[in-house]
Amino acid sequence: MLQRVVRSTVIDAPIDRVWAVLRDFNSHDRWHDVVAESRIEGGERSDQVGCVRSFTLNDGSRIREQLLTLSDSEHRSTYCIVDATVPLQRYVATLTLKPVTDGDGTFWHWESTFATPPGRERELAQMVGRDVYEAGFANLRRYLERGADLRDARSGGGAMPTSLPLPSRRALVRRYGGPEVLESDEGEAAAPGAGEVRIRQRAIGVNYFDVYLRKGWIPALLPLPGVLGMEAAGSVVDVGPGVSGLLPGDRVAYVGAQPGAYCSVRTVPATCVVRVPAEIDDDVAAATLLKGITADFVLRDLGRVGAGTRILVHAAAGGVGLLVCSWARRLGATVIGTVSSEEKARVARGYGCDHPIVTRDHRFAEVVQRQFDGVDVVVDGIGEAARDENLAALARRGHWISLGQASGALQAISSDELVAKSITFSRPAVFDFVATHASLAERARRVWDALADGTLRAPPIERHALGAAGEAHARLESRRTVGALVLVA
Amino acid sequence: MIRVYVSSVIDASADTVWSRIRDFNGMPQWHPGIADSRIENGEASDRVGCIRHFHTRDGGRIRERLLALSDYDYQCVYEILESPMGVENYVATLKLTPVTDGARCFAEWSAEFDCDEGRERSLVETIGDGVFQGGFDALKRHFARR
Repeated sequence: MLQRVVRSTVIDAPIDRVWAVLRDFNSHDRWHDVVAESRIEGGERSDQVGCVRSFTLNDGSRIREQLLTLSDSEHRSTYCIVDATVPLQRYVATLTLKPVTDGDGTFWHWESTFATPPGRERELAQMVGRDVYEAGFANLRRYLERGADLRDARSGGGAMPTSLPLPSRRALVRRYGGPEVLESDEGEAAAPGAGEVRIRQRAIGVNYFDVYLRKGWIPALLPLPGVLGMEAAGSVVDVGPGVSGLLPGDRVAYVGAQPGAYCSVRTVPATCVVRVPAEIDDDVAAATLLKGITADFVLRDLGRVGAGTRILVHAAAGGVGLLVCSWARRLGATVIGTVSSEEKARVARGYGCDHPIVTRDHRFAEVVQRQFDGVDVVVDGIGEAARDENLAALARRGHWISLGQASGALQAISSDELVAKSITFSRPAVFDFVATHASLAERARRVWDALADGTLRAPPIERHALGAAGEAHARLESRRTVGALVLVA
Repeated sequence: MIRVYVSSVIDASADTVWSRIRDFNGMPQWHPGIADSRIENGEASDRVGCIRHFHTRDGGRIRERLLALSDYDYQCVYEILESPMGVENYVATLKLTPVTDGARCFAEWSAEFDCDEGRERSLVETIGDGVFQGGFDALKRHFARR
C-alpha cells in the first residue's frame, strides 16, 4: 500500500519569486534547515531534467534524488528518490506553485507517494509531511522574508564566463615520434565564436588515426605543436551566436574534422556536435561515436553487408573490429576475423565473430579460401603487411575496404591486381561520411539506437587519464589491448 | 483561444466551501450577479449533462451544461450553450484545493473561449473581474462573517 502525503500552504510572495528559488533543484541546502549539504552530480545544471542531487540531512541521512520533470509554464517539478539511507521506497514527489490572483501570493502544493517497510508507515509519513514539507514551508517563508533569495541570486547567478577563455588541460605533441612525445600541458579553450560550442570534456576517444598523426605521417593535419584527438564526449559549457538546439549543460559528443580533442575543455563547430542520449554513458559515447560511425558506413554504404555476406574483419578484437563484428552478425553475415591471441579470439567470438583466426604474422588467406571459398568483404586496418593475403582471401567481385595501415603505409596497388578477380578497393575517410550535420546526426543516432536496443554491443573500454595519454598510445600500439581506449579528462 | 484565470484563498475548509458551491443550480444563493436559476427538464442538478438556465442581475439569459463534477477533486466543469456575451467554445472550471496548514482553501476559476478580436480585453474583464472574482469576493465575505 502506497502512502500519500499532501501538504500545501500560501506564501506571501509573488509566484515568480518563489519559483525562482524552487525551480533550482539544488537550492534546498540554502533555504531548508533540514538539508545540510547538496550538490548536483556530474557537474550538470540544477534545472537539467534528469540531473541528480546528492545531499545529506542534518541527522546524517544521505539521499540522492533525480529531477524527473520541470515546467516553468506550470510551475511544477517532479522528482524521485534514487537511493537513500532512509527507507522511503518508490518515492515520487511533485511540487506545484499557483498564483493567487487576488493579492500577490502563491499557493504551494507539495505531495508524494511512497512505500515503507511494514509498521513504519505512520512514522515515515509524518517525517515527510512534517519535517520536510511543513518545515520547508516555514523555512522558505523565512528565507524570503530575510531577502536571502535576492542576495543568493546576486552572488551565485550569471556565473557563466561566456566571454573569457577557460583553462584546459591537454596532451601536447611538440615533435613527431613515439608515445613518449605526448606531454601534459596547460592550454586554453577560447570563448565560442559564431556557430561554435565550448565543451567540458569527460571522455575522449583514442583512435589508431591519432597514432599516425603523432608519428608525423600527415603533418598538414597536425602542425607542431599540436593536440591529437578526433572525438570526445562531455557537457556544453556555453554556445556562441547563431547556435540553436544546444544549451549549457546538454550532454554531447562530437567528431571533428580537425584534431585537438586530447584536452579537458574544447571549443568546436556546432556542426560536428550531437546530443548523447541519457542511456549512453560518456565513456561509451567517446568509445563508439567515431568507431560506430565507421562500422555504419563500412557495413551499410561500402560493404552492403546483409544475410549471407562473408566478411573478414582484421583486428577483430579492437574497438572498430568488435563493433563491425557484432553489427555484421546482426545483419546476418558470416563473420570471420583475425586476432593476435587466443584471448582476443575468445572476446571476438563473444561479439559475433563466428570464425576467429589467430595469427601473429597476418597469414589467413589459405584458411579463408579453404573454409569459405573466399570472402566478399575485407575490413582492413593492417595495411601493407596483409596486402597479398587480402588479395588472396577475397572472393571474385570482393571488396577490400582499407581503413588503416597499422603495419605500415600501403604501397600502390596496380589495376592488374584488382582485375584478376574483379576486386573493388575502397580507402574511405570517415569525415566524408559525416560531412553535413544531418548525416552525422543520422549516423550517430543509428549507432546509439543500435547500442540501446542491443543490436550493437559496446566494446570493452580501457580507460586512461588524460595526463597519461602516452601510456594509452603505447598500449594501443602494443597490440595487447582489447576493445576501445578512452582518455578520462 | 482566450484564457481567463482567477484564484483566491478562502478562509474555510474545502469541504465547507464546496458544500456551498457544488450545487449546479445554486448560484443565486451565493453569487451576487445571478438572479435566478433552474435546471431544464427537471433533471437533478448534480447529474453530469444537465443544463442550467439562469438570468444575471442585468437581465442576461444564459444556458450552461455541466460537463464534469468531482466531489473528490472539488471540481466542476461546464460549458456555455447560449449567452449574450458573444463567446464560443467557452469551457470553464471551478476548483477548490485544500490548504493543509489552516482551515483555508485555494479556489481557482478559469475559462477558455473564442471571441471576436477587439472584444478580448472587455470579455476578460467581465468574466475574470466580474463573474469569477465577484463570486470569490462573495464567498470570502460569507466565510469571514461566521
